[in-house]
Amino acid sequence: MDYRLGVDVGGTFTDLLLIEDETGRTYRSKVPSTPDDPSRAVLSGTQRICDMAGIKPSDLSFFMHGTTVATNAVLQGKFARVGLIVTDGYRQVLHVARSLVPGGLAGWIIWNKPEPLAPLECTIEVGERLDSEGNVLKALDEEGLRKRIQVLRDENVEAVTVCLINSFANNIHEKQVEAIVKEEMPDIPVSVSSDILPEKQEYERALTTVANSAVRPTVANYVRNLKNELRGQDMNGQLNLLRSDGGLMSVEKSEELPVALLMSGPAGGVTGAVWVAKHAGFKNILTLDMGGTSTDVSLIENGVPRLTRDTEVGDLTVRTSSLDVKTVGAGGGSIAHVPELTQALRVGPESAGAVPGPACYGKGGDLPTVTDANVVLGYLPKSLLGGEMDLDVDASSVAVQKVADALGIGLKQAASGIIDIVNENMFGAIRLVSVQQGYDSRDFALMAFGGGGPLHANAIGKLAQSWPVIIPSAPGVLCAYGDATTRMRSEMARSFSSRLDTADGAELEAVLKQMASNVSDELAGQGVPQNEQEVEYEAGVRYQGQGFEVVLPIKLDGFAASGLSVLSDAFHKEHEKLFTFRLDVPIELVNLRVTVLGKAANVKASKIESGDGNPQAAFIEHSTVWIDDSDKQASVYDRDKLRSGDKISGPAIITEMDSTTLILSDHVAAVDAYGNILINPAN
Amino acid sequence: MVAKIIENNSSPFNTVDVDPITLDLIENSLKNARHEMDATLFRTAMSPGIREQGDAFPLIADHNGAMLAGQFGSFIQGFLDGYDGDIEEGDVFWLSDPYTCDGAVSHANDWLILMPVYREERLVGWGAMFGHMTDVGGMVPGSLPTRAISIFQEGIRVPPIKLYRKGERQDDILKIVLHQCRMPEWAGADLNAIVAACRMAERRVLEMCERFGDDVFVSATDKLLERNKRAMAHLIETSIGEEKVSFEDYVCDDGRGYGPYKIKCTMWKENGRVILDWEGTDPQSESSINFLMNENMLKMFFGIYMIMVFDPQILFNDGFYDLVDVRIPEGSLLKPKFPAALSCRTHALGRIFDVLGALLGQRQPEFLSAAGFSSSPHLMYSGYDKNSEWFQLFQIGFGGIPGRPFGDGPDGHSLWPGFTNVPNEFLEAYFPLRIERYESIADSGGAGLNRGGNGISIKYRFLEKGTISIHDDRWFIYPWGVNGGNPGMRSTKTLVRADGKEVALPSKCDDIEVEKDDILYYNTWGGAGWGNPLERDADKVALEVKRGLIGIEGARSYGVVINDDFSIDVAATDALRVEMAPTIKTDQIFNLGPSMDELRANCLKETGLEAPIQPTWG
Repeated sequence: MDYRLGVDVGGTFTDLLLIEDETGRTYRSKVPSTPDDPSRAVLSGTQRICDMAGIKPSDLSFFMHGTTVATNAVLQGKFARVGLIVTDGYRQVLHVARSLVPGGLAGWIIWNKPEPLAPLECTIEVGERLDSEGNVLKALDEEGLRKRIQVLRDENVEAVTVCLINSFANNIHEKQVEAIVKEEMPDIPVSVSSDILPEKQEYERALTTVANSAVRPTVANYVRNLKNELRGQDMNGQLNLLRSDGGLMSVEKSEELPVALLMSGPAGGVTGAVWVAKHAGFKNILTLDMGGTSTDVSLIENGVPRLTRDTEVGDLTVRTSSLDVKTVGAGGGSIAHVPELTQALRVGPESAGAVPGPACYGKGGDLPTVTDANVVLGYLPKSLLGGEMDLDVDASSVAVQKVADALGIGLKQAASGIIDIVNENMFGAIRLVSVQQGYDSRDFALMAFGGGGPLHANAIGKLAQSWPVIIPSAPGVLCAYGDATTRMRSEMARSFSSRLDTADGAELEAVLKQMASNVSDELAGQGVPQNEQEVEYEAGVRYQGQGFEVVLPIKLDGFAASGLSVLSDAFHKEHEKLFTFRLDVPIELVNLRVTVLGKAANVKASKIESGDGNPQAAFIEHSTVWIDDSDKQASVYDRDKLRSGDKISGPAIITEMDSTTLILSDHVAAVDAYGNILINPAN
Repeated sequence: MVAKIIENNSSPFNTVDVDPITLDLIENSLKNARHEMDATLFRTAMSPGIREQGDAFPLIADHNGAMLAGQFGSFIQGFLDGYDGDIEEGDVFWLSDPYTCDGAVSHANDWLILMPVYREERLVGWGAMFGHMTDVGGMVPGSLPTRAISIFQEGIRVPPIKLYRKGERQDDILKIVLHQCRMPEWAGADLNAIVAACRMAERRVLEMCERFGDDVFVSATDKLLERNKRAMAHLIETSIGEEKVSFEDYVCDDGRGYGPYKIKCTMWKENGRVILDWEGTDPQSESSINFLMNENMLKMFFGIYMIMVFDPQILFNDGFYDLVDVRIPEGSLLKPKFPAALSCRTHALGRIFDVLGALLGQRQPEFLSAAGFSSSPHLMYSGYDKNSEWFQLFQIGFGGIPGRPFGDGPDGHSLWPGFTNVPNEFLEAYFPLRIERYESIADSGGAGLNRGGNGISIKYRFLEKGTISIHDDRWFIYPWGVNGGNPGMRSTKTLVRADGKEVALPSKCDDIEVEKDDILYYNTWGGAGWGNPLERDADKVALEVKRGLIGIEGARSYGVVINDDFSIDVAATDALRVEMAPTIKTDQIFNLGPSMDELRANCLKETGLEAPIQPTWG
């Protein structure tokens, strides 16, 4: 029998989900994360869940892993010392960056610029030059390069990046430099910009490639250890890591391309949502993953999550594909405050984090957080994690009272104000992925997970008018579901400048086929046989002269004959949808992308017992909650005892081990066959 | 107000109670809407000036025209005062003539779109945005002629007109205007993009009215305006004195050989209001460096500078306008008389920020930064490429951010919000040029405990015959340092002909012909330093020498002696710091650098250019 294991490492817990492929039977487990070496929790958790299922690690055919190891390296600034080799005249490419100072007018007064990812003292120039078509204007100065590499040795760089001007058009010099560096510094990993991102724009290309180098040693170290340990337990199945774009790649590939892992964590939640939505029968979903310090939102259209070309982590924005997840600094730990000068209520982005945490955690925090506001309003039970953690209600009241005093309003009014503001901030993020991309949030259901998502989901569903609000059956381990059920993926993009009205369809088709063949070979190398691969083509298109392109899918069948005119019609239409107008100017092709996917995992979802519509068996108690400006009686239910078909009218609270769902007045929750809770307005 | 607003629904808005939470929700929604306007614009505009460099500014205003979100204050009142027609639902207004809108836009390159937002036949707000067009015709490519002596030479002037009349676009008007532009496709697309951004504002305002109710929306925005006023009143009360404070700074020259031009402002508090009096500013120039300064815009700049360090999250609006009184002498550089040329106002506009910073900083140390990159230098390059197609580059340059109380000024960055450079690979792909060197200039930032940012040197190689224009300043008078910090380095422009001959180009010039393989070194100025440079950590100085941001010689300005292997000569450093200590004037707030007489005397020798002639006025 085939078993697949999804493992997702979060900040606090490592979640595991074991699936028996044929039956869809699942085993779930949660072990505390081990941030100093995340692989320890992964290994102990693996052993534990195998024991639960009565199997051995050697019975696992697939081990799929979402990891924040690359993300955390960036957030904590744990970078390798990266040496950078650039074209003569461009030493300061990362230092000057795009000259942008964030903030509004006078923002420069308070902004301090972060240090470049490859320090200037580790950046050397090499004599060489290409023009923008890739013609060699000046040959590579090999001898000069060999001499200057001494600087990189003296600076003890741990990884080297090569990024030469116009290399997107021709990689000849970068490949020469790579060969020389490998000779001169045989133990040092080299990342080459034309491999990582063969696209125009020197700063973005350099930064992305340097980021790859900067996290490479940390990631390589981690995955090698993990692999060795697992192999030591006779786990001989395939080891895959979750990429930022929601696909999987082999553990070996991830060592070369760690920059593709930067959003691996959030991608797990989104791919998990895709899987849940498929079974629940919904194609269009907004996802809301609310954690302690921040909230991630994304949009799934027709069962496919939207992708973006940029990946943002902290201050770093690199050009790699990732699921279009927008993050706002709004979470359970976000702190509410009232600046004296303006008397406005602000929530976040400062967070109490895990330590000292919200006041109610009793770990020394005394500032009012979103979680404290939820406690004051009666939305959270008096203990969390199945009784492992008691909440200090009085401490929450004391903390929130400070906000109430500053605003001159009552305690509960202040608490519900904090909730309203934080909901509005999350709604702002939902607008970014929906209305701002031309989607109407009313056409989507809202799926909420993460620790706080189910608590705020009903209210945000009201703001976005996204129905139903879906709380999946295992909101705490949804990421691991994603890891376990998504597909292998590899892609390649390249610049391709051409006007649609003068381009040659046959030539373009040939280029796409060549790219597909390269990516296909690569994925075959990662263990996906060619007959199980599915290929997708995309083009970045814009009106000639615009700075941003619209990405459109391409069908290769019959492309030579009519593909260009199909593309041009589709572009006009999409532009109008996004921006309200179309132009009568030539359309240009900017870049091409080929994606190859492995077979979708055939994992069934397991159903829960069906009931008679009456949730009484799950009823725990009545509790007082503050909703719509008054105290109301809410029924509290135990989620584990709910049966399919049960209907619950708000106000109500549904508790489970690691999450709490709030159902507002005038709303009804229904439990579906798979145990998902679907909330809709009562009428 | 001359304009007549037509509303079929004349019922007034009722003032209703707005709870503090709703107020903050509306503030957030307005903030988001403003950012959505920017995003729409950047994604659809075509000229590199707007889509890469971000030279465009959005506004959302209430039904009275007061700014609720934006950066440059409200353009609405100036427009209403200058437009003598009806305003109806579905109309979209367009203008570019600064003299018809009281300087809401200050040169003809800036095209302003204004969109009244109606709901149930009643005006509920305004969306507006202006953006800089690469070309609007006139005597030189780029439409910013240094030598213009009247606005009639600066391209087409669009008076306030309806681009859309009751929802229908007036295509003939658009055709006539675009026909005057050298880059009509860019201008057309950019204008479309600005309209699309305003439609975004319209949509969001309507959604807010729908969600909260018209009365709540209007009452809430009134409260937001009031909240700003209260906050500013408090700041003015605590941080501005009744005693007069003055500061003066200069635009180096007018591009016709005359200069410098003085900009002077005196600030004091009187009956709870701040007076900003520009008496003492030089009379208007004959050339195009005049800046028709809109009073409301200046109030906004002042307010933003005041509040930035106290509540950076605030959504700034113009509710505090009553608290500031701006007095500008008629016929001065800042209030020139029609038809004075205005196109090259960027230098004076930039200098306003240095003056404001200096005025506020004399009393409030948290505001006091050094002088810096308070302008946006331009390069224009145009001609016919190898396929005989017209090309026209308009590129904004960047330089050193001044040293600040919070830290060093970044090297080669933009003082303007949202501006970015154009990627060089993009320039090389679309224009016949190569950029052979692109880096900040070591030692160009003034030394200080927090040093000024370095200016940038760009080495262009031109690949086709064409003409270039340059607009820059601070080539003659130094950017000033503060609290013991040194002035920054001045700007230079050097053309190296294909035969090796070097020419020092003036800071402002038009119609310079270039040939294939001519090289231009475009060097911007550095930000000045903040605080005593001898107190800067010597290790930091040594590291920056290694990084190529400070030279070994430049390190001596910090009293640090660096060996050839980038290590510190500790003994020599100690000695040098002791020796230099008496020369650092920490008791003076400003270090202006050499006197005007010295500058004049050494000008030719130091810059390769004749000193500007002192202008005289009858």
